[in-house]
Amino acid sequence: MTAAHPHVIDRNSPPVVSMTGINKWYGSYHALRDIDLDVASGERIVLCGPSGSGKSTLIRTINQLETHASGTLRVNGQELTPGMKKLDVVRQDVGMVFQHFNLFPHLTILENCTVAPISVRKVPKREAEERAMHYLERVKIAEQARKYPFQLSGGQQQRAAISRSLCMVPKIMLFDEPTSALDPEMVREVLETMIGLADEGMTMMVVTHEMGFAREVADRVIFMDAGEIKEVAAPDAFFANPKEPRARAFLNQIMH
Amino acid sequence: MELIDTFFNWDILLRSFPILMRGLSNTVVLACCSIVLGTFAGLLLCLVRLYAPRPVQLLAVAYIDMFRALPILVLLILIYYALPFVGIRFSSFVSALLALSMVLAAFTAEVCRAGIQNVPVGQFEAAATLGMPFWLGMRKIILPQAVKVIIPPLTSNSIAVFKDTALASVVAMPDLLKQAQDTQALMANPTPLIGAAIIYLALLWPLVRVVGYLEARNQRLQMR
Repeated sequence: MTAAHPHVIDRNSPPVVSMTGINKWYGSYHALRDIDLDVASGERIVLCGPSGSGKSTLIRTINQLETHASGTLRVNGQELTPGMKKLDVVRQDVGMVFQHFNLFPHLTILENCTVAPISVRKVPKREAEERAMHYLERVKIAEQARKYPFQLSGGQQQRAAISRSLCMVPKIMLFDEPTSALDPEMVREVLETMIGLADEGMTMMVVTHEMGFAREVADRVIFMDAGEIKEVAAPDAFFANPKEPRARAFLNQIMH
Repeated sequence: MELIDTFFNWDILLRSFPILMRGLSNTVVLACCSIVLGTFAGLLLCLVRLYAPRPVQLLAVAYIDMFRALPILVLLILIYYALPFVGIRFSSFVSALLALSMVLAAFTAEVCRAGIQNVPVGQFEAAATLGMPFWLGMRKIILPQAVKVIIPPLTSNSIAVFKDTALASVVAMPDLLKQAQDTQALMANPTPLIGAAIIYLALLWPLVRVVGYLEARNQRLQMR
């Protein structure tokens, strides 16, 4: 199905994200076990697995919302170490979309999109606003720019959150269950926004249970269980014939 | 009427009025300085309490605990009457300013802490993932949200400090209460004290109403 969304994966450049032997513990609980994963520029990855399997922890480690205990993590060529100084600079190029949107409630949608470009990237206000309107149009909520987050529906809020991230012009976008908190009728509009983004060649890592989305846009599906990457496969192969018994059981559960 | 002549003597009230006004201006200056100083010091103290290295945090906790427990009057008397024994001498105004703002800072720090901790973790994370350094995110994202929760209790504490300026009369600062007491002695009539009470009321009652209004508004906003 990936043929429906042709794009270029650049495997010659160094990977955008490179994880080698990443481990993490919460107390005695082993949250990530020996994670090895490279994400090439332009690649779209979907992470799935039962809850508590470590998939959210994995993508939250990439921008160090969670720190890793051991292993090597490189993002855009820069090695990330717990407590490092230049973390803010690395994060500027890593967009993140949260399950609960986390829009800034005291700012308008437009201000949500301009606050970081203006204060972090030092983009002039006029230019930042033009860029914000461009992305808000792309996610089809330009007419909501002057409203506050609480005045928008869940789907609109999530699209606003996506455009807020895009305004920083990131090199990779991380999505942490972006549709899990949405009413069913709003899931589609957010997924379509994400598919559009994938079509434009954005490097994406998406934690989601939306297997239709995975089938349509993923280059690789990663199945995690108990903090471990159990299976990495192209979506067609993964959905038709999962090798791991745990993956098979998981797919059976969520497909019904 | 004996009672009216004693407590509400119009003639005496008129004659004491200019003296009370002079006291009032001292009181207002002391209150404003204490509130500004105490509030800023309190915010600073709160940030230290929350984000400084552990040992410094503990110092802040010790300060906050101590000055929340210590009566302002005791602190004031210590500053004004005890410190001179080690060669540190403050005027009555400065002594009162120090005592009031040191205590207000402790209470403000606790109020601010509650306000900041009331902001969801997701807001900190969203600011961080956009590449905002911690203090930039604090200034642009966290504090503006915390302020809404902080304002009513902060105003309430400020009213309390305004009232406590009357303690300055103990160290002979010519504030509203001290002026009223002196005038009462001079004119051999307690009417100036009643005058002072009325002035305190007229000044602070609207502020008390404002706090009530702000609290009700916050409640409505949270229901939304």
